[in-house]
Amino acid sequence: ILTKVSFTVNGKPCALELDTRTTLLDALREHLRLTGTKKGCDQGQCGACTVMAGDRRINSCLTLAVMHQGDRITTIEGLGTPENLHPMQAAFVKCDGYQCGYCTPGQICSAVAMLAEIKAGIPSHVTTDLMAPPQLNLAELRERMSGNICRCGAYSNIAEAITDVAGRTT
Amino acid sequence: MKFDTPATTNPIDQLKVVGQPVDRIDGPRKTTGTAPYAYERHDVVANQAYGYIVGSAIAKGRINAVDLAAAKASPGVLAIVTAENAGKLGQGQFNTAKLLGGPEIQHYHQAIAIVVAETFEQARAGANLVRVSYERAEGAFDLAAAKDSSTKPEKSSGGPTDSAVGDFAGAFAAAPVQFDATYTTPDQSHAMMEPHASIAAWQGDKLTLWTSNQMIAWGVGDMAKTLGIPKEHVRLISPFIGGGFGSKLFLRSDALMAALGARAARRPVKVTLQRALIMNNTTHRTATIQRIRLGATKDGKLTAVAHESWSGDLPGGDVETAVNQTRLMYAGADRMTAMRLAVLDLPEGNAMRAPGEASGLMALEIAMDEMAEKLGLDPIEFRVLNDTQVVPDHPAKPESGDPQSKKDGDQEQSNPHPPFSQRQFVECFRQGAQRFGWNKRRAQPGTSREGRWLVGMGVAGAFRNNLLTKSAARVRVDRSGRVTVETDMTDIGTGSYTVIAQTAAEVMGVPLEQVDVRLGDSSFPVSCGSGGQWGGNNSTAGVYAACMKLRAAIARKAGFESDNIVFAEGRVSSGSRSVTLAEAAGGQEIVAEDHIEYGDLDKKYQQSTFGAHFVEVAVDAATGETRVRRMLAVCAAGRILNPKTARSQVIGAMTMGVGAALMEKLAVDQRRGFFVNHDLAGYEVPVHADIPHQEVIFLDETDPISSPMKAKGVGELGICGVAAAVANAIYHATGVRVRDYPITLDKLIDGLPEVA
Repeated sequence: ILTKVSFTVNGKPCALELDTRTTLLDALREHLRLTGTKKGCDQGQCGACTVMAGDRRINSCLTLAVMHQGDRITTIEGLGTPENLHPMQAAFVKCDGYQCGYCTPGQICSAVAMLAEIKAGIPSHVTTDLMAPPQLNLAELRERMSGNICRCGAYSNIAEAITDVAGRTT
Repeated sequence: MKFDTPATTNPIDQLKVVGQPVDRIDGPRKTTGTAPYAYERHDVVANQAYGYIVGSAIAKGRINAVDLAAAKASPGVLAIVTAENAGKLGQGQFNTAKLLGGPEIQHYHQAIAIVVAETFEQARAGANLVRVSYERAEGAFDLAAAKDSSTKPEKSSGGPTDSAVGDFAGAFAAAPVQFDATYTTPDQSHAMMEPHASIAAWQGDKLTLWTSNQMIAWGVGDMAKTLGIPKEHVRLISPFIGGGFGSKLFLRSDALMAALGARAARRPVKVTLQRALIMNNTTHRTATIQRIRLGATKDGKLTAVAHESWSGDLPGGDVETAVNQTRLMYAGADRMTAMRLAVLDLPEGNAMRAPGEASGLMALEIAMDEMAEKLGLDPIEFRVLNDTQVVPDHPAKPESGDPQSKKDGDQEQSNPHPPFSQRQFVECFRQGAQRFGWNKRRAQPGTSREGRWLVGMGVAGAFRNNLLTKSAARVRVDRSGRVTVETDMTDIGTGSYTVIAQTAAEVMGVPLEQVDVRLGDSSFPVSCGSGGQWGGNNSTAGVYAACMKLRAAIARKAGFESDNIVFAEGRVSSGSRSVTLAEAAGGQEIVAEDHIEYGDLDKKYQQSTFGAHFVEVAVDAATGETRVRRMLAVCAAGRILNPKTARSQVIGAMTMGVGAALMEKLAVDQRRGFFVNHDLAGYEVPVHADIPHQEVIFLDETDPISSPMKAKGVGELGICGVAAAVANAIYHATGVRVRDYPITLDKLIDGLPEVA
């Protein structure tokens, strides 16, 4: 069964006719050929497919494309290019916050959205005072980034990269 | 270039580029999502169809019948391949079980069919409609139960299964202080982030495969062997690999099934192993049972050392070489090691990051901690006391998967106790102790408390061999003076692109930005590939050889005759004459190809890498939850080609070591014979919240015995000993000694102090 759906990806309007079973992840990777978003598990366990729907980070493998009619999707390709890196991308390069690179787009999208969540005052599991605005500290960072697995084990460097960017933007 | 005498001063020693902590040259592509991985090559061939693999639902037995009617009738399905219509298939040299099962089934989730369809959704739906009736056979799935029936394998790719020096039994019986304990390590999964994936396209009888593979030449050879076609008809392309850790050393079912599916559908076919299939379909690190006996004098000198290990594998499989490091690490006159193999019908075992040592040190380095306590010695002092500068036992040969292990006749050494080329093992502990604040550690376990947290520090030695393997490269300088390196070497996150570019820049005397590196294509010269931590040293040594040849060709072309020619700042100079590389090339491209190969320096000297891991943990006194608070690794591993990427290798390995210590275990269903927790939710690996800031110190070292690069491997050293350091820290925090990994809270909680 095919259905029409349209949304914007990285600011560009896209109109697709898709098998209703198509995930947002496969719509991006296979239909729009935006392969920067990675398929690590296809079952919501690894975070490699993290993109932003509106301002919110989601696992794009756990959501069907047709559920995003009219949404504003941002992928890793929408953050920066090799010639013009987003500050988070540049910080990952500087801090060596990756190795094989496969979880990296998800980590970066997640990190960008995560900093926005803290700014927006959204608490996490480790937030001690729910009445006060959450602060970015290492415990908050690690808790909020734990949906993004990096089997190469670059966590220590990823934390540095994110802290580096957060320090500059706040 | 043959490397058969120790390196003297050479262009690498300039260290203008090599040895510098430069950013990865592939970083901008990886961080922007523009580095293309195997499944993402929409650009290479048109009309790609999708394949979806069906895995066996039984562990052992036969397929009675496969009913494909519903699948074939499913919308979009183009072709289905099973063993019945696949044609005659061989078996790869590196595969224990067949990649396409049927009618005989050798393990759970062995691939039995591929359904090819127009879209991914259609292929998956079609695969779900394949009806299979099985006849299940009894199998052996429990290592502990099969231990007594295990046998001495005829051969082990890791060298001799047994070794003996002097009279262990006599020396152990006579030792004033004796220690005897048994440890277990579970089955573990690589769990790399990118699933195995391939796109296969046939052009007549020639196959091109865009895939994710650590060892291009092995993959070509085993694909050709399995399909029964000439090697020349197979091309593998694998420029970016989303992690491997050993899981992608070999041809796997994604590649074979894509090739078969593409042949049947007469279209290019792309296949990825679905995550839930990977852990039973592919290889894993096998579980071990290890017994360690140590005998010592009262003042702490080891006199007797024994390490035995039992592991299981499918028929024709191999042991986990968990005792090999024990032949090399500590002194002691009388000693023995032995490895026994049980036949199990679980999925096939094979190399995972630091095969042998990673498992062996999980046991040995707890045993050393236990023996130190028994002797009333500090665990570091005990290790220092038993350091050795020569090999105390027969050296281990290269482990499973090492191309060198295919050579015969190098079993016997002229010197039974060869010296180490470098061994700064003690220095690793000394520097680490100082940096980590080891002197603040109280000897008595269970005596440091911070609120609800029991705090402890642990240490363990790290050891991993340095393996030498032939590696070739081609280097060209074009009319503009740009240098391009081509080799079938792979970058699995290790930093190969970057260290190879640094090597070429150093030797050719050009800035890093003037070098292009092209990797992972079987049309390029055959390299050492990525495995066994041999990739960095050997592949750059091969590039060094090719660059030295290119220098000679450039000098000749430019008419330099002197021996005193300098390549620097993009120029070739001798005496008063100086031209740019572009001018020297004279409007043409100059190409050179060479390889590094080795003499017998690895026989005259034992080449190994060393380290010490320091860990501080806090264990919740009420729940037994362990938190790793601090980690430090000190490594002595020859010249560090790029401290930034090498450090990443080590912290990544430390992270995997934390996983091994605290959470990683493939749970075996001993009735049905499979790994139950076969995905990333069930098989737990460390996440951000589990890992603290990690520190790494590289000792200033060069090893001229290893290669012209004077470097050694480091990517696997980093995991060796980590789990034991965590285990020792937990013991120090709680006073509870756990000898069965992983150290989960249920194993601690009964031994914790009463909570008020």
